[in-house]
Amino acid sequence: MTEIDHPSPHASWETRGYWEGAGRGALVLQKCGNCSLVQHRPRGVCAHCLKSADLEHFPASGRGEVYSYTVTEQNQAKGFAEACPYVMAYVTLEEGPRLLTVIVDCDPDVVTIGMPVVAGFVNQERDDREVFAIPVFRPSAT
Amino acid sequence: MTSSQFPTGIAIAGVYEHPSRFSPNKSEFQIMAECAKGALDDAGLTRQDVDGLFGASMTMGMMGIVDLAEYLDLRPDYLDGTNIGGSSFVAHVNHAASAIHAGLCSTALVLYGSTAASNSMAIGTGGTGASKDPGLAFTAPYGMTTVGSYAMYANLHMKTYGTTSEQLAQIAVTMRHHAGLNPLAKMRAPITVDDVLESRMISRPLHLLDCCIISDGGGAVIVTSLERAKDLRSQPVSLLGCGEAVQHQGVGGSDLLTIAAKQSGSTAMKMAGIKHADIDLAMIYDSFTITVLATLENLGFCEPGDGGDFVGDGGIAIGGLLPVNPDGGGLSSNHPGMRGIFLVIEAVKQLRGECGERQVKDARVALAHGTGGTIGDKHSGATLILGVDR
Ligand SMILES: [Zn+2]
Repeated sequence: MTEIDHPSPHASWETRGYWEGAGRGALVLQKCGNCSLVQHRPRGVCAHCLKSADLEHFPASGRGEVYSYTVTEQNQAKGFAEACPYVMAYVTLEEGPRLLTVIVDCDPDVVTIGMPVVAGFVNQERDDREVFAIPVFRPSAT
Repeated sequence: MTSSQFPTGIAIAGVYEHPSRFSPNKSEFQIMAECAKGALDDAGLTRQDVDGLFGASMTMGMMGIVDLAEYLDLRPDYLDGTNIGGSSFVAHVNHAASAIHAGLCSTALVLYGSTAASNSMAIGTGGTGASKDPGLAFTAPYGMTTVGSYAMYANLHMKTYGTTSEQLAQIAVTMRHHAGLNPLAKMRAPITVDDVLESRMISRPLHLLDCCIISDGGGAVIVTSLERAKDLRSQPVSLLGCGEAVQHQGVGGSDLLTIAAKQSGSTAMKMAGIKHADIDLAMIYDSFTITVLATLENLGFCEPGDGGDFVGDGGIAIGGLLPVNPDGGGLSSNHPGMRGIFLVIEAVKQLRGECGERQVKDARVALAHGTGGTIGDKHSGATLILGVDR
């Protein structure tokens, strides 16, 4: 099976912490020091306080479980067309938020809702010296 | 201006569905113009009567509604280019109604046109590639497709409630049966549950025949005051209730199975002051089979988890408990990318009793619900309740 060739994420100043963090091998979430909200997808403010001052990035454990998934058999987009069938999934993290990802290193037929998974990181080829990676998930060794 | 309480006093006076399903030699605006002519003729109005212009399409840009006004050489008093996906035109009717109620315009023309099929647009499985769009920045790197998003909803529904692929297939079979009664429908040959289950898998558990077709097409709707509509050519169809809502991933924790229809449907039902049993037919955006099941549950036609039983045994067929999409829907009649306008058009035609073989008997109250975007990620919902006196 061909591996997914992930398109490079578009990292704005609001979201680059997530992709940079992944480049260092950390799954990074945002937390608001004022109201304690943990949020994903990242943004420039705490969605509830509407302020950026108390917003911090922190490394999550990388552990979670599959909330739902689909085995994609057809996707015409470059990087994915050749990798079908691949598993796209929502994973609920231990810290609360749910994120969209892909499940790798496992037979698509054995993925189930509720399956425990752990984060891994796929480094991105770049023509500058920055290191970005795409967080993906694989079944945790139980 | 109307003095009664909103939405009393607002009516749909004209509708038109473009008969073509493939228009390789036409532009979107040309299709919209032909639809405008059709709806104006249906109402017995002329373009000089239009003082409110509403429209959306998959390719209209930031000032698209201004471009459309120029194309039609119109100078209306009220403009609304709201684009919230395929539900936009249902929302346009809501917006037109409030503008008319407020006295800001008197005759609103709602337009849609598309050449999705002749442009070979991949609507469901095109993927999104790398994107600067903040809405796609966290989905494109993971190969999100429209059908994949709905498939994740379907898998969660199956796991939570035991819903089966056979039950979803029943929806496609019923829509195809309805399309067989609609001379304009694109796909009319009957299919079976086995045909659906044996069709190519696109994104598990959704097969090819769980997905809407891709066509060209367009439509137009004219909204005005009930008082004025009574003097026009076609039977007026009154607005009884409307609602809009949005659902999304929030900060990463929304319940995926709760969709916008729950909120917009509740708003519309309360406004209309009716019960589910009062509704004679429903026009439900059927981008995929699962969309119908999810929408019926969230609108409250059955309990969460009972949708599979509700759609089986002819429950949503003409003559069943709640006839859904007698025109054959997006699954079999037409789906040019944003189907919302056809929900309104067919509801109006059914309430006027103009639908021939596919007519729902004695239809007096209809609900139309449009979904825009994807229920597995973020989407809008718009609900209309329409009625006629008989
Ligand atoms: Zn906060």
